[in-house]
Amino acid sequence: MRTIELTVNGRVHRLDVKENDILLDVLRKKLNLTGAKEGCGEGECGACTVIMDGEAVTSCLILAVEADGTEIETIEGQSIGEEISDIQEAFIEENAIQCGFCTPGMVMTTKALLDENPNPSDEEIDIALSGNICRCTGYYSIRDAVKRAAEKKGGNK
Amino acid sequence: MTEEMIGKSVKRVKALEKVTGNATFVHDLEVQGMLHAKMKLSPHAHAKIVDIDTSKAERLPGVWSVLTGKDLPYKVGLYLVDKDILAVDKVRYQGEPVAAVAAETEEIASKAIELIEVEYEELEYVLDVKEAAKEDAPQVHEDLHELERAPVFFPKEGTNIAHHTKIRKGDIGQGFKEADYIIENEFELPMVDHTAMETHTSIAQWLPGKKVKIWSSAQSPFAVRNLLANGLRLSHQDIEVNVPYVGGGFGGKAGIHFEPLVTCLSRASEGRPVKIVMSRMEEFNSVPVRQGLYSKMKTGVTKDGDIVAQETEFLWDSGANADYGVNVTRAAATAGAGPYEIDNVKLDSKTVYTNKIFGTAYRGFGHLEILWAVERQMDLVADELGMSPYEFRMKNALRRGSETITGEHIGDSHGKITECLEAVAEEIDFDHRSSEDLGENEKRGKGIALLHKAPAMPTNTGTAAFLKFNENGTVDLTLSLVDYGQGTYTALAQIVADQLDMPLDKINVVWEQNTQMQPYDWQTVASKGLFMSGNATIKACQDMKQQLKEVAAQPLRASVDDLIIEDEKVKIRHHKDQYVTFEELAMGYTYPNGNGIGGPLVARGNYIAQGLSNIDPETGQGHPALDWTYGAHAVEVVVNEETGEFRVEKIASAFDLGKVINEKNVIGQIQGGVIQGYGSAVMEHYQFSDEGRLLTNTFTDYKVPTIADIPELKPIIIENAQEDGPYGARGVAEHPMISVPPAVANAVQDAVGIKLKELPVIPEKIFELLEENKNN
Repeated sequence: MRTIELTVNGRVHRLDVKENDILLDVLRKKLNLTGAKEGCGEGECGACTVIMDGEAVTSCLILAVEADGTEIETIEGQSIGEEISDIQEAFIEENAIQCGFCTPGMVMTTKALLDENPNPSDEEIDIALSGNICRCTGYYSIRDAVKRAAEKKGGNK
Repeated sequence: MTEEMIGKSVKRVKALEKVTGNATFVHDLEVQGMLHAKMKLSPHAHAKIVDIDTSKAERLPGVWSVLTGKDLPYKVGLYLVDKDILAVDKVRYQGEPVAAVAAETEEIASKAIELIEVEYEELEYVLDVKEAAKEDAPQVHEDLHELERAPVFFPKEGTNIAHHTKIRKGDIGQGFKEADYIIENEFELPMVDHTAMETHTSIAQWLPGKKVKIWSSAQSPFAVRNLLANGLRLSHQDIEVNVPYVGGGFGGKAGIHFEPLVTCLSRASEGRPVKIVMSRMEEFNSVPVRQGLYSKMKTGVTKDGDIVAQETEFLWDSGANADYGVNVTRAAATAGAGPYEIDNVKLDSKTVYTNKIFGTAYRGFGHLEILWAVERQMDLVADELGMSPYEFRMKNALRRGSETITGEHIGDSHGKITECLEAVAEEIDFDHRSSEDLGENEKRGKGIALLHKAPAMPTNTGTAAFLKFNENGTVDLTLSLVDYGQGTYTALAQIVADQLDMPLDKINVVWEQNTQMQPYDWQTVASKGLFMSGNATIKACQDMKQQLKEVAAQPLRASVDDLIIEDEKVKIRHHKDQYVTFEELAMGYTYPNGNGIGGPLVARGNYIAQGLSNIDPETGQGHPALDWTYGAHAVEVVVNEETGEFRVEKIASAFDLGKVINEKNVIGQIQGGVIQGYGSAVMEHYQFSDEGRLLTNTFTDYKVPTIADIPELKPIIIENAQEDGPYGARGVAEHPMISVPPAVANAVQDAVGIKLKELPVIPEKIFELLEENKNN
């Protein structure tokens, strides 16, 4: 067991974790933040994407001890009650959601992209999101949602 | 009046819950005291189980129960009851569960699985469907003739043939005599996986008095209940199935899966709830897939391009269990000539067991598979005739007055496939194709393909819906159809809003399903959801309107006939300023002196498929189709003649879906379906070693389309109303993925002249065929 400190959505947590605990399980099971999902457990599908120190990561491939001292953002930190982020609003408006299982990961990857590049081209969107699998939408609406979110945030004009 | 609801792209219901991570899937659920289950899987394709030693696993601290096949004398299945919960006596595919453990943590359960020792004696196995269909092939189910089955399926004793559907129309011998050309071809496609993003997950809790409570990522709560009741010999009433948000289904979560196993584990663990979550690798290895298909087609045509005879054999590679596969075999056979009028047809469709992971329902229910063969054959026939693939299809396509191969007559209420074909051909300018040379060894080609599909379901399939008012005049709709992403609940909310003339935000479609609370629905499959539940919902609304009027008639001192529903009020038709509001009526109307009348308003509607009949076992004649949805795709590709590399530049897809209820959701279905079909066309492929081990059991080896793979797509909606559909609508959930593969292969043929007959279409195969062409 090791004690780590994680700042998740602005709140500091001190946690006892095993050396082989993964970040995704710590978020889901210890902190009850179940928005991030496990779709494959091998970093191929992106359903577990969270933002760690500003970068989108597949949290199923990060050991909890590696995350010690970092700042983590999850889907739960993107909205306050009914007030949702521009990205979330754009996903709803563009109907970029079907079953909803990949959606939290998609939103987090989009946030990391737009934080870094407020005005991405189609190709840049595709590269950023190519690690997030959606089996429902065919991705067109997701691409449109990213563009709409960029517009809302003031980029892509 | 509230604004027009039908056809409007209102926002998807429950989108807020999903986009904020608040939607709770079974994946996210924990029940107090919950144990975790893991399974021991067979490493062999076919082997006798000589001995299983579970003693070490049982002694591991934290283990609550260990089960093997011998502990579970039950078989489970929907159509042909051929599946053990855990393998008994022998294993029939690599990945088949042979033992299971429930323990306090996943880690302990995994450790216990490692401690279970299984001694196998390997048996002769069969992987190839054509080999398996032979009389002397190793038998996968020796007890085939003794298995319980629905009466419309016919296993052949002593073989691997689990079912055989026959279609006979006209005189096949005479038909071929009238033909000027006879063209024969064989086509194949491999097994593929649904890869819903949420893997199969179930929790069960065994309760005193032989009762069970289940939470499952299932498409059909009542099918789970029914099959569990039949399999474990329990009363339906004693089983409660809960279905919260489900992370995709595509047919893979129809029927029943791991619910019986966790139920038995909970029973063996003193009633502690037990959860099982498939890892992605288990999902590939041990959860059923789309069947493979071998097709042999022989088509007779006149020199004018009339198809006069067609003889077809479909051999379905159902893997080790044929439960669902037998119905795919039957349903797809009834559409097996494609959307064409052919007077003389002989078609044989057989379910064949092999020693591989078994098949189940997958979006399209056999139609992507058969239309891969049919729509490639149509291009090869047109090519032989020197006719345009467009003209050839137009000439033979089903239209008003045509008779299908099961003897159904196409009438005014059917859609129009010719309009779909025209629309997509125009979108890619199909007339001007002739393999345009782009230089640098690149050639452009264009291809088209048609599709049709009716719901595959029992002739007496039924569903129901309840409506109830809340105190403030808002309405809840409850039904057991599950919305795992299709958008059906949004369309149903729009229907209620329109029928009751209410704003959409006052209508709630109750999300989590529970078999004790919600009325029956057979299954959420077959693209029948909006059609059937839409009709049931309309009937519930009519019932509600009648009740509202009957209560309102008293304080309004008017007859029911003189009342109308408008703007959340019941009004006197010719004196609209005299009304009672829904809110005043919701819990019963109260007079100023305190007298109450009416009571809390509850309404119901149901719907059962109309006029369907079983098909004749010898001729296939009958009426199996609730409604036919027609469609067409057109594809533009660029192929490199030297390397075989190619890219799909554009897809145009048109569907005659009768009437749009929510345009944005329909477009979403089309986009998602076409891209799933695109995956089947160009990348997805189960590959096995010679020993029958699955080689493609991760997303690293089994590729599905990503955002970087998608070509330009133009969805086209055509609306020729279905008389008995809600507002004229017919289903379009499965159809978008059907016939994408042949459209791509037809385009490749147009570009570089090669005759693809196997899926997926990959550069290696194109390269091989190009080399063959050069050498000939």
